[in-house]
Amino acid sequence: MSAVLPTAAPPLVVAPGFWKRALRHPSFVVGAVLTLLLITAATLSLVWTPHSPYEVEMDRKLAPPGGPFLLGADAYGRDIVSLLLVGARASIVVGLVAVSIGLLIGTALGLLASAKRGWVEEGIMRLADFGFAFPAILSAIMLTAVFGPGMINAIIAIGIYNIPTFARITRASANAIWSREFVLAARASGKGAFSITMEHVLPNIVSVLIVQATIRFAIAILAEAALSYLGLGTQPPQPSWGRMLSEAQTLLFQAPMLAVYPGVAIALAVLGLNLLGDGLRDLFDPRLARKR
Amino acid sequence: MSLFLLKRLITLVATLIGTSVIVFLVLEILPGNAAQILMGPDAAPEAVEALATKLGLDRPAGVRYWDWITGMLVGDLGLSYAYSTPVGELVLERLALTVPLAVMAMFFTTVIALAAGIYAASRHNRLGDVGVMGLTQVGIAIPNFWFAILLILLFSVHLKWFSAGGFPGWGDGFWPALQSLLLPALSLAVVQGAILARITRSAVLEVLREDFVRTARAKGVTRHATLWTHVLRNALIPVVTVMGLQFAELLAGTIVVESVFYLPGLGRLIFQSISNRDLIVVRNCVMLLAAMVVIVNFIVDLLYAVIDPRVKASDI
Repeated sequence: MSAVLPTAAPPLVVAPGFWKRALRHPSFVVGAVLTLLLITAATLSLVWTPHSPYEVEMDRKLAPPGGPFLLGADAYGRDIVSLLLVGARASIVVGLVAVSIGLLIGTALGLLASAKRGWVEEGIMRLADFGFAFPAILSAIMLTAVFGPGMINAIIAIGIYNIPTFARITRASANAIWSREFVLAARASGKGAFSITMEHVLPNIVSVLIVQATIRFAIAILAEAALSYLGLGTQPPQPSWGRMLSEAQTLLFQAPMLAVYPGVAIALAVLGLNLLGDGLRDLFDPRLARKR
Repeated sequence: MSLFLLKRLITLVATLIGTSVIVFLVLEILPGNAAQILMGPDAAPEAVEALATKLGLDRPAGVRYWDWITGMLVGDLGLSYAYSTPVGELVLERLALTVPLAVMAMFFTTVIALAAGIYAASRHNRLGDVGVMGLTQVGIAIPNFWFAILLILLFSVHLKWFSAGGFPGWGDGFWPALQSLLLPALSLAVVQGAILARITRSAVLEVLREDFVRTARAKGVTRHATLWTHVLRNALIPVVTVMGLQFAELLAGTIVVESVFYLPGLGRLIFQSISNRDLIVVRNCVMLLAAMVVIVNFIVDLLYAVIDPRVKASDI
């Protein structure tokens, strides 16, 4: 019986010739290089930084670039390069955990909505609608008002903000897969909704989720930076790019460049992830790339 | 039309009720005793109890929720603990800054996006297109508050054209007030405009491939006239959808940008209230911002029907 039924389309994650095409795709290459730089900076900071990012030395306050301090020192005499390297860590940790929260819960809800349809789908999607009324900053403000500022609350707020997006995208993509012939075949052969979801639906929407996760990672880095800038995210003495910017703003007349470096770091990280996401989308779905 | 409107109105009311329940649960029920939070952990239990009674916290949660909602409908938002003034007055005063700022930002966003998006689409795959798209990628990656700081660096510190922050108020004349909102609005608009420009370009390109565009061109309508009369209206649907979603981001952005420019708007009020532990103000401000997002999306839904009558027909 199963021999005559259509078989599942192979998941699109890594098709033959993927890497060859990838290396010729400019967005993918630039995005991957910038993202690797971000990860390398964060990893390197775990074992080495030029100076201690926590050591306050007032006699080297606002030291100019050059010499022992490649990009100079801040108002507390801390080395900017070291602060930038360690700051990458906060961005990655918040981005990674917040996107994982959104990805896990959102995808589960989206898959459930798609598999059950009816009132379950309606209920989940209406709940997702509420999510859109609360941008990450607003959720973070609510959590901070109740629990106080901190990195964990920032992560939870950004994570919650990601859930509706993943739920919607998963549901839309999963609904398309549920109407495919190989799913009908699996149903005809007596498979339950859960095993169809795990064996056929999920593997076929992985590429969509990877692309979305990359883009949401970039958005999470932006949100973390904004929250830390406002004092609601990563708390001192832990360095973060957003906090560096808020500290630099008070010194705009004395040391304007201090307000430039962390911004460039954030922009490059976000640009890298966005380009990587765009590249991956084109590579996973070449038809889309030709249309653009 | 009336059925379409009715269905949308019911959804609007249901979403607003849901949103208010979430805000109430998080900011009223989750913290436990709001009087304790207001007075701090070291306050005497008797004083906390007296304040709880004064604030009506000893009543059941359902009754408090009902009072809050019905009060809101008649403009009574309660009394701020920190300022000892009605929350409604405080909020109204701050909205006089935040709403014009958001509207100005949305205006700049639309201008930037339509100009850049249509230009890029009309130069598809040529140097102009590649250049504009490259710029939008950079625009999307820039945090709005950093762009705001860069604008201050250039226009306030270096060129000295604008003040680095503050708001003179509308009472001191229209232009000085508008001028102080210009840089904040621009910093919000550039980032959102970059996103919307990409959507506009894709939407215009999509419509340019349609048969009716080819027919119009074959009938001798100029490329320029086709773009303005046939393509734009059809390309507006996805653009308007994203604009609705962007308004939420813009409102959230105003909270951050108000902090950069020290503007006394709703965002600053929220932060001051958080440090004052004035949860009643935070609750009302958050509800107001969330309600604004929901209402703007409701208006976007209605706009669809105006732009594309097929939406209305298929909905009924």
